[in-house]
Amino acid sequence: MHAFDYATPESVADAVVMLSDPGKNACVLAGGTDLIVQLRENRRRTDLVVDVKKIAELNALSCDAATGLTIGAAVPCYRIYGDGQIAAAYPGLMDAARLVGGTGIQGRASLGGNLCNASPAGDTIPPMIVLGGEAEIAGPDGTRKVAVEDFCTAPGRTVLADGEFLVSLHFPAPAPNSGAYYRRFIPRNEMDIAVVGVGASVVLSGDKSSFVSARIAVGAVAPTPLFVSAAGEALAGEPVSDETIQRAADIARDAARPISDMRGTAEYRKHLTSVLTRRVVQGAVQRAKE
Amino acid sequence: MSQNGHKVIGTRPIRHDGVDKVTGRAIYGADIQLTGLLYGAIKRSPHPHARIKSIDTSRAEAHPGVRAVVTAHDLPQIADKLADLGEAIVNLRDASNNVLAYGKVLYKGHAVAGVAAVNLHVAQEAVELIDVEYEPLPHVTGVLEAMEDGAPILHEDMKTTSMGEETDKVSNIANHFQHKMGEPDDGFAEADVVVEREFTTQTVHQGYIETHNATALWNEEGQLTIWTSTQGAFSVRDQMSEILQMPISKVKIVPLEIGGGFGGKISVYLDPVAALLSKKTGHPVKMTMTRDEVFEGTGPTPGSYLKVKMGATNDGRLTAATAYMAYEAGAYPGSPVGAGAGCIFTPYDIPNVQIDGYDVCVNKPKTNAYRAPGATNAAFATETVVDEISEKLGVDPLEFRVKNGAKEGTRRADGPVHPVIGCIETTEAALNCEHYRSSLDKTANGKVRGRGVASGYWFNFNGGRSAISVSINPDGTINMLEGSTDIGGSRASIAMQLAETIGLEATDIKPYVVDTDSIGYTDVTGGSRTTFGTGYAAHATGQALIREMKERASKLWDVPADAIDFADGVFSYRDDAEKRGTFKELASQAGDAGGPVVAQVSTNPDGSGGGAFATHVVDVEVDRETGKVDILRYTAVQDAGTAIHPSYVEGQMQGGVVQGIGWGLNEEYIYNDAGSMTNASFLDYRMPTTLDLPMIETIIVEVPNESHPYGVRGVGEVPIVPPPAALANAIYDATGVRLRDLPMSPPRVQQALAENGG
Ligand SMILES: Cc1cc2nc3c(=O)[nH]c(=O)nc-3n(C[C@H](O)[C@H](O)[C@H](O)COP(=O)(O)OP(=O)(O)OC[C@H]3O[C@@H](n4cnc5c(N)ncnc54)[C@H](O)[C@@H]3O)c2cc1C
Repeated sequence: MHAFDYATPESVADAVVMLSDPGKNACVLAGGTDLIVQLRENRRRTDLVVDVKKIAELNALSCDAATGLTIGAAVPCYRIYGDGQIAAAYPGLMDAARLVGGTGIQGRASLGGNLCNASPAGDTIPPMIVLGGEAEIAGPDGTRKVAVEDFCTAPGRTVLADGEFLVSLHFPAPAPNSGAYYRRFIPRNEMDIAVVGVGASVVLSGDKSSFVSARIAVGAVAPTPLFVSAAGEALAGEPVSDETIQRAADIARDAARPISDMRGTAEYRKHLTSVLTRRVVQGAVQRAKE
Repeated sequence: MSQNGHKVIGTRPIRHDGVDKVTGRAIYGADIQLTGLLYGAIKRSPHPHARIKSIDTSRAEAHPGVRAVVTAHDLPQIADKLADLGEAIVNLRDASNNVLAYGKVLYKGHAVAGVAAVNLHVAQEAVELIDVEYEPLPHVTGVLEAMEDGAPILHEDMKTTSMGEETDKVSNIANHFQHKMGEPDDGFAEADVVVEREFTTQTVHQGYIETHNATALWNEEGQLTIWTSTQGAFSVRDQMSEILQMPISKVKIVPLEIGGGFGGKISVYLDPVAALLSKKTGHPVKMTMTRDEVFEGTGPTPGSYLKVKMGATNDGRLTAATAYMAYEAGAYPGSPVGAGAGCIFTPYDIPNVQIDGYDVCVNKPKTNAYRAPGATNAAFATETVVDEISEKLGVDPLEFRVKNGAKEGTRRADGPVHPVIGCIETTEAALNCEHYRSSLDKTANGKVRGRGVASGYWFNFNGGRSAISVSINPDGTINMLEGSTDIGGSRASIAMQLAETIGLEATDIKPYVVDTDSIGYTDVTGGSRTTFGTGYAAHATGQALIREMKERASKLWDVPADAIDFADGVFSYRDDAEKRGTFKELASQAGDAGGPVVAQVSTNPDGSGGGAFATHVVDVEVDRETGKVDILRYTAVQDAGTAIHPSYVEGQMQGGVVQGIGWGLNEEYIYNDAGSMTNASFLDYRMPTTLDLPMIETIIVEVPNESHPYGVRGVGEVPIVPPPAALANAIYDATGVRLRDLPMSPPRVQQALAENGG
């Protein structure tokens, strides 16, 4: 690890100034569960670490039946699933928040950090995509909003420009008769990076016999978490059945463009995409029925 | 009182070192702090095979805070010489070149230079400033590829030894040997069922939590002291003396607590480098490895290729067996293929056997001992074939094993004849256990379930050299110094044997593992020898103390020593019931009758460490779609001879099983085309976590070892032997598909099921 400076701005504006300094290679610190590891292993170098945990907007956490859910970019997982109302309303998001690391890591790790780290295998990203999440970004030119599915551009790369950082994440209130689910496949029962992760959200008809709409996103099978809109669209208006669900699973499998690495071959990942998509859509349907 | 009339043996006292360990007070290598301490780091090869054209250390030496840089040129050049390190025989020239590469690097991670600096960060920065010019060479990492003509050659001067004779052929095959007994061709001709199969296993690491470390101080008199984590302080002393070409009297090794070894902490890696850096700087130098350095720069156990053929008659008798075993040695000769060959068919009584073993160099780290080295690879092959034969014959696989089981008088294919062993008793205990008798639903939650069994053997080394030195306190407690480092509860098991012998409680003995200047030569804690060998010395020490106490009593009571008896912990004069006393009572007076009571004993028993046999039963659940295997229930049965401290026997069994499960299901070194390990971290080198395991059930069988006063057999190694085969057999039972390549990780299982319609 190399030496660096450390700053704790208390406002969005101050943070933007620090991050915009052209003379400095600055980076944002939220929970640090990715960043500190990367710095220690010399996978990343920086002159200035800007700790955003003292900024009020980044610690916001609110849930409202009308306007939906707002999660400050630095809010750690334990606060999210520790809030009974949020946990009940967004079980698909909790699947992922409860799964990042162990208890210790969840005391620090944030959804914002998971998204900005832009790993293709980031576990919270597919559920944020299927829940229609939106990222609020602050920068030298003010603030802007970007859909979560458009946020990551390549492994470790995002839409954030110089001087910009993520302030918060917003999710609409869940529709009636809806359900969401996230699941990943790992070779063990703990301590692994997803070989494949699939998130799905569905809205069912009043009698719960058919799909009104659906969104499906897959992790670890492309350079970025993949929003497979065609898979969800294929379900819209269709009856809830093994056949329709399998069709969506096949579309997701065909959309996957995985690589072969030490976590699995491309062929295996494509196969798993189909298996998991089927199981995850079934899980989401189950929740919509409950 | 426990069984067999013992008072202490067979009970479960709290271990002497337990409280300090669970409260974090125990001192490990990384805890050492000395005045003026410098920190070291190692420069490692990025290439799996390359010639070193030049090493320029000037930029590193000029870096602020750097105090010294060393390379292989700072090591004395030593000639070929074989040394027995306890669990492996190594050529000391290779050992030296493995510590710091000379001329060529032979694997990615091979150490090339060492740096000492004022702190670790500076040392790590300096490592990046050492400029090494390499000429990359073609590499080979697979054992069969390495054996082919035209394969890249690691050692241009190494000629294959075949059947004990050096040939003219330069190849990566260091050695080919053969064991033959009877006439296998005739045996197969007699057989009604013959099964021949091929198997592969991958490189796996011991995965001890504590990484290697060494702190060296080379003082102004030329006296070298090393504080380190090791399984054998005297072995480290020997290696340092040879590699640094310095007198043994100038080297002192202080063994600290050890956070796991499993065979991997016998060879030295950092110690000579830290010593050279200390010599150059005049300061103590501390070095500790990171996890990726442990994976890439220390000795795992080898990947292998095996072909096993076995035949049996319709009435269920094994008639013949052959094995072709090719094991990766890693960068330098010395794989455990010899040990594997000694174990491969040993649970069975087979009249006609031929075993061919090959020790093959590849561009991977030099392999090292790992819990029953070589035996797990071997059992994976044999035990899967035995399962298939039992199935073809329509007999219960455990009944088949009982029928063909080795017993006293059975000859092993590599020569030795078994003394009293518990092979059949262990298999019978498994056959009759509740787990094996219970029923198993073949499907649940959309998944399929199956049960598998497998057996295994490990030699357990002969006792070896051990020394014990005791001094008796006036209150009758005993300070017991020993040279055996404690990697698995041996302080307790040795102290208990001394306590039993002289009629004290385990807590009356205070055991200490001491440095090489403070006790007689003691062989490594390895080969499952310590509770046997150093326990043997503890028993002898107890006998010496009884003799000594009789002398003291004879003076105190003014009676002849040979008229004093010792029984049930009491010394008594035969002719006067008033003249009696326990060990403790006598201890309080003994000082007046001849000075403090002390004793020193050393032993090297002739008898066998008592072969260890194990049979395991496992139930698995397989997700056919993902290929993931979950373990539902696991029972390990093992002959311990006599369980001195049953909890630690159970702990060894459970630990071995867990490591075997990891080896079977997920652990492997994954190499890319560039010859580089891609998963050198605990994130992607997948050892089982607690969430991947049920409680491992244990059944201890006790068939006493005739060569030990209390009947002890080694217990630490054999439990790793059966698991991969037991899992493969269980997966077959669940899915109808046999897996013959390790690890049986989800992608492999899924592919095998897809290809075979399982
Ligand atoms: C033991 C362990 C287990 C883990 N297990 C999992 C797991 O199961 N699943 C999983 O997906 N991940 C896992 N992770 C990775 C990590 O915990 C998650 O990615 C986590 O969500 C990161 O959040 P953080 O707040 O710690 O981010 P940080 O480390 O603080 O930041 C991550 C990255 O995002 C940038 N960043 C952070 N906040 C902002 C912001 N507001 N604006 C702009 N850039 C920002 C940082 O500069 C950095 O590049 C694990 C990590 C560890 C150490």
